[in-house]
Amino acid sequence: MEIGLTHYLVIGAILFSLGLYSVLTRRNAISILMGVELILNSANINYVAFSHYSSGNVDGQIYAIFVIMLAAAEAAVGLAIVLAIFQIFHTIDVEAAETLKE
Amino acid sequence: MNFSTALFYLIAIVTVGSAAMVAFSRNIIYSAFSLLGTFAGVAGIYVLLGADFVAAVQLLIYVGGILVLVLFAVMLTHRITDVEITNRAVGRIPAVLVIGVFLFLLVQTIRETSWAKAEEILYAPTTAKIGDLFLDYYLLPFELASVVLLAALIGAVVLSRKELKE
Repeated sequence: MEIGLTHYLVIGAILFSLGLYSVLTRRNAISILMGVELILNSANINYVAFSHYSSGNVDGQIYAIFVIMLAAAEAAVGLAIVLAIFQIFHTIDVEAAETLKE
Repeated sequence: MNFSTALFYLIAIVTVGSAAMVAFSRNIIYSAFSLLGTFAGVAGIYVLLGADFVAAVQLLIYVGGILVLVLFAVMLTHRITDVEITNRAVGRIPAVLVIGVFLFLLVQTIRETSWAKAEEILYAPTTAKIGDLFLDYYLLPFELASVVLLAALIGAVVLSRKELKE
């Protein structure tokens, strides 16, 4: 069977499920952020795959670049929040840190 | 099975395997380093899809930037001498059940939908086209992106600085 759109979409679906599993079950804030990165990557795979197989132009790739840009911003702010939580609560377990101030 | 098919399955196995390590590993350092395999594998998938510029951006920003940030955060929030580096996970079984059903439905949908097909599948350099579109049709989002990045930069600095005690 020749490699086609379906194969890439299935990889995207698997990555999305693994990211969702990380976000749902992990209690470490950094692991949750890693799950979010997996989800964003799976969305990007779908964008680029559709751009290649379905539309034939590069608009999908431009959306993928915007997603990568927002992921960078999200990672910077998210990890800064995690470090701030660590300074206040001395843990990054999301169940221990449930208030905004100590 | 020809060469490109074998290459696709190799890259797919690396990507999905590393992502599984990220999701299931008990040690957060293993999770963080497995993210490298996932990001590099996704870059390989972009190359297979003929998206050369996006693949380069993926390597530069994800592997060079976000992964280093994640590793910094992991190292800064755990004492390195701790033997037990916790990466606690709760509610594994319900999550596996729900996500298993969800993944099954997704794959069924993907297989049964007849997706639109492009007239011809091109493997051509994309950088010039992307640059033209960024400075033409996507100019406003492109400029907004720089504002978003500036806001994120300032926000990250404000959040992570030490409070001055008076």
